[in-house]
Amino acid sequence: MAGKIITVTSGKGGVGKTTVTANIGVALAMLGKRVVCLDADIGLRNLDVVMGLENRIVYDVVDVVEGRCKLRQALIKDKRLPELCLLPAAQTRDKSAVKPDDLIRVCDQLRADHDFVLIDSAAGIEEGFRTAMAPADTILIVTNPEVSAVRDADRVIGLLEAAEKDPAKLIVNRLKPDVVSRGDMLDTSDVLEILAIELLGIIPDDELVLISTNRGRPVAMDEKSQAGLAFRNIARRLLGEDVPFQTFRGQSNIFQRFFRMIHSDGRQG
Amino acid sequence: MAAETITIKGIREGLVVTLPESYGAWPEALARLERRLNASPAFFKGARMGLVVGARNLSEDDIRAVRDMLLRHDVTLWALISDETSAQVAAAHLGLDTKLPARDLRAERSERIQPARPAPHEPQPAVAPPSADVSDMAMIVRRTLRSGVRLHNPGSIVIIGDVHPGAEVIAGGDVVVWGKLHGTVHAGAFGDDEAVVCALDLAPTQLRIGRYFTRSPDERRRKAQPETGRVKSGRIEVVAWNPKGSER
Repeated sequence: MAGKIITVTSGKGGVGKTTVTANIGVALAMLGKRVVCLDADIGLRNLDVVMGLENRIVYDVVDVVEGRCKLRQALIKDKRLPELCLLPAAQTRDKSAVKPDDLIRVCDQLRADHDFVLIDSAAGIEEGFRTAMAPADTILIVTNPEVSAVRDADRVIGLLEAAEKDPAKLIVNRLKPDVVSRGDMLDTSDVLEILAIELLGIIPDDELVLISTNRGRPVAMDEKSQAGLAFRNIARRLLGEDVPFQTFRGQSNIFQRFFRMIHSDGRQG
Repeated sequence: MAAETITIKGIREGLVVTLPESYGAWPEALARLERRLNASPAFFKGARMGLVVGARNLSEDDIRAVRDMLLRHDVTLWALISDETSAQVAAAHLGLDTKLPARDLRAERSERIQPARPAPHEPQPAVAPPSADVSDMAMIVRRTLRSGVRLHNPGSIVIIGDVHPGAEVIAGGDVVVWGKLHGTVHAGAFGDDEAVVCALDLAPTQLRIGRYFTRSPDERRRKAQPETGRVKSGRIEVVAWNPKGSER
């Protein structure tokens, strides 16, 4: 069966596209799926860093497109998860090095022997965005519960509609339940009301995400992290399971206490 | 002088402006087009324009000239429709469309209806020429306008769907939104202060009618309710719809 191509995008930069891509990739691989994470942010690569595979890059996606290596040679296998691999971006080139048709060709090849290809898109709505959209079967929009990120997500959804892509699905990243319950942050329902698309997951703001990103060990591997659980739930939803959403709201105290608990755990470990 | 004047239509891709034969050869037609833009800058600002030039045979330089002139007015040329093959080739060379898109009614469901409101007979504001050259038709749009979308129509605009913040709706006539209106809206953009804006939830980023403009109050709204905005004694007034009977 041919694999599915999923592109992760946002419009606004810095909302957590790369973190989301890496963690959904890890979570799907933990469920036994064969996954490639593909970094389409040519010139600003960092999916490899978040996945902790930077030091093993020999070839990248531009080498594949320009015929300097076979696709298989450029794929980096993750030693922790045998089903997971990475196709890194080139750091020394720019977006023009990979055209939409090139990426479609690469993805069609990857589709043959993987279940999922997750593409980490560049921020913005320019060339890099359009290239990353071209091969996508499904598009995931990442946003933060803040007005500027939601506005940009709205713009991207409009562009995808104009391009007649299937309706995108939404991931709300970095939700702070205690701030929401004080009424100082947009709630997920506010975001959904504005964007009016299907919700795929809510990732709570979790210090462990930052720590794990810096260590190159995606938080989805961490059984204790709430954010990790949220990513694993997203992976299950992508596989068609009906997983109820975790409730964060109105539990700020329990939640904070819980956070403190796992944080101190993290430091000991 | 011939009664024939510029006609302006709004379609999904932007405005379509037809330069009639009576406008004469290219330099003169171009100058008259520019005068038209100067007459209602509020309407044309930020628009996308397709230009129908008929049998005029334009060179690449001619087309570049009109494109640059339009850009000075913040208007983007997206199509040049000519009957002449060499002008078509020149337009294609500049990356412009040379045909109007075939209407896909299933996708757009935009229809044209006669305006319900007769054109105001009272003195027109001096800034706008009588809109005899304007297609006085309403445009119906059955979709939600998201951030970054800009809709122009010389007549009225009816939207069945929401207008999100960051989207803009600019109409020569009235604007009716069966849904939330949270973007920027300009009714009567040729200077018609009699135009109205109504919506099920009227909370636009900016509300402009004719020569007037206002913002929604800063505090968060309690509950959405249908409202109408119109100009009354020199300022924009917003009145809730009253099921027991309307004022005016």
